[in-house]
Amino acid sequence: MRRLVAGGDRKVILGLTILAAMLLIALVGPVVVSSLLGQSPTKLHAGPALAGPSGDHWLGTTSSGVDVFAQFITGTRVSVFVGLVGGTISTFLAVLFGLVSGYHTGRTGAALTGFVNIFLVIPGLPLLLLIASYTRGRGGWAAVALIIGLTSWAGGARVKRAQTLSLRNRDFVAAARYSGDKQSRVLFMEVVPHLAPVIASTFLFAVVGSIAAEAGLDFIGAGNTNTVSWGTMLYWAQSQGALQSGAWWWFLPPGLGIALVGTAAGLVNFGIDELSDPRRRTLRTGSQSKRSKRRKVRRTEVAA
Amino acid sequence: MTRLLGTPFVQRIGFYVLAAWSAVTINFVLPRLMPGDPASAILFKMSELGPVSEQQEELVHRLFGGARGQSWWHEYVGYLNGIVHLDFGRSISFYPATVSAVVKSGFLWTLLLVGSATVIAFVLGTGLGIVAGWRPGRALDSVGSLTSIFLHSLPYFWVALILVYVFSFTLGWFPLSGGADIGVVPGFTPDFLNSAVRHAMLPAATIVLTSVSGWMIHMRNMMASVVNEDYVLLAQAKGLPGHRVVFSYAARNAVLPSISGFAVSIGMVVGGSLLTEMVFNYPGLGSLLNQAIVNVDYPLMQGLFLIISLTVLAANFVVDSLYVLIDPRTREAA
Repeated sequence: MRRLVAGGDRKVILGLTILAAMLLIALVGPVVVSSLLGQSPTKLHAGPALAGPSGDHWLGTTSSGVDVFAQFITGTRVSVFVGLVGGTISTFLAVLFGLVSGYHTGRTGAALTGFVNIFLVIPGLPLLLLIASYTRGRGGWAAVALIIGLTSWAGGARVKRAQTLSLRNRDFVAAARYSGDKQSRVLFMEVVPHLAPVIASTFLFAVVGSIAAEAGLDFIGAGNTNTVSWGTMLYWAQSQGALQSGAWWWFLPPGLGIALVGTAAGLVNFGIDELSDPRRRTLRTGSQSKRSKRRKVRRTEVAA
Repeated sequence: MTRLLGTPFVQRIGFYVLAAWSAVTINFVLPRLMPGDPASAILFKMSELGPVSEQQEELVHRLFGGARGQSWWHEYVGYLNGIVHLDFGRSISFYPATVSAVVKSGFLWTLLLVGSATVIAFVLGTGLGIVAGWRPGRALDSVGSLTSIFLHSLPYFWVALILVYVFSFTLGWFPLSGGADIGVVPGFTPDFLNSAVRHAMLPAATIVLTSVSGWMIHMRNMMASVVNEDYVLLAQAKGLPGHRVVFSYAARNAVLPSISGFAVSIGMVVGGSLLTEMVFNYPGLGSLLNQAIVNVDYPLMQGLFLIISLTVLAANFVVDSLYVLIDPRTREAA
């Protein structure tokens, strides 16, 4: 982490700042909204119906007079939590299947690779919709996160598998293997640290993907429409005719929230890419490439 | 040609048969794992809609389990037999139409919409990626990359909402929803085609807008790593015209992973377009899925999942097979 920040890559810092802010909103936002601002995400007729943004209601109101700002802040919690839990499950499975299927050359490896490939070609979202419509919101957001995690790991596993394949024949891994280290030790002490940047970027996109998937589920009404999340906000906005009444303040914030988290993750990922794959460092824009040139000069001075 | 029909081709067929079998089996296992006995729920709904024959009841049990005194493999064999004969029972939301008839009514709409939008997005995104990745670090590349990250993060269905709001409601340029005007009779008449194309514009634009950036990022990164390869430098040193170096030397090699990525992403595009269709009420599989979810129509849902999975698998198979034709190295691996 320190290397990222010390690299001075503005993209990474900007991305991490946005993500940290979102996490903070998810943790304390609902309390701040209810106790400091005195707004409620569920109270009907807190203001006039379909009123635009004003001093009383920062993001206006819904068709039943609920404060949209309070909904947005409170909804951040469910969306971010589902994103984090779903992303963690998905990343864990991706690392597990990717590592083991890439490291084993024998039958186990081939069988696992086949398993991963099958999950890769079976479309995830229809499967997610199918399971979610059977569970119908039972089990709350944790169940939704679990289902999302279980149906979204295959892409990440493929990337991890490819990386493990190339690592397993490197000298340091072979040395550890021949010196008689236990296989789990070789995997976790030698291979995993070298996969760290890839795992980090998989995790970021798994979080974003889970947030979007949750929103999609709630939007079509396959989740529990009584919870407040970015997805249910869009569900009610669509079904209560926010579009027809021109209530842009109702349907713009949730979508922009999702896009903001996704963009932040993308920015961080760009930085990680540049660190882990030197070939991509050419990507830096003018001022930054000057800086890296300076750094190179300094390094040669030290070497001399 | 004989080489093509050798082991890798057979292996590939084997893999896709296995994948198709997995999709079919997931479809069989899921309702049996889920809480709340879906079979009883379906039978209850059907009995509300009309008399349920014993034959119908048996079919529901075969598809969703819940029958007493039958072994699971007996049900499984019956289920597979039903799948082969395209017998998925009756839909509840379109009672008494059969699931296969309902699915058939939406299939062509989705195939044409998603198929053409996917190809447009792939060609457009890959083209932009070639331009951006040829000179990495330039203004076009930086702005393009940032924009494409942002576009890539937008949820499909939300973009659809915004497009409806701007172009249908505010400007009135395109129809609000549906697949064609109600009065027009479907067929190869200029009237119908004109109406269908106008209705398809916004849904297609949504799919293109949200998936184009994925192709672009991918192609850009591959281009950026290829531009410094020796063979590209040699082509330049030989004094070949710029466009030949870009397209025949650099892009031609850089596009290979994009094409294999294309296969995997078909599933994502189809998944995302389901939500898009729901927003536009487009008469394809997505809207049917929406109907199925709203009406708790498990038979229709099951049939839709199966047909969507199998279509995606078939598309993957075609792209995979084409890939072998384009990249000789995969042939020599045999």
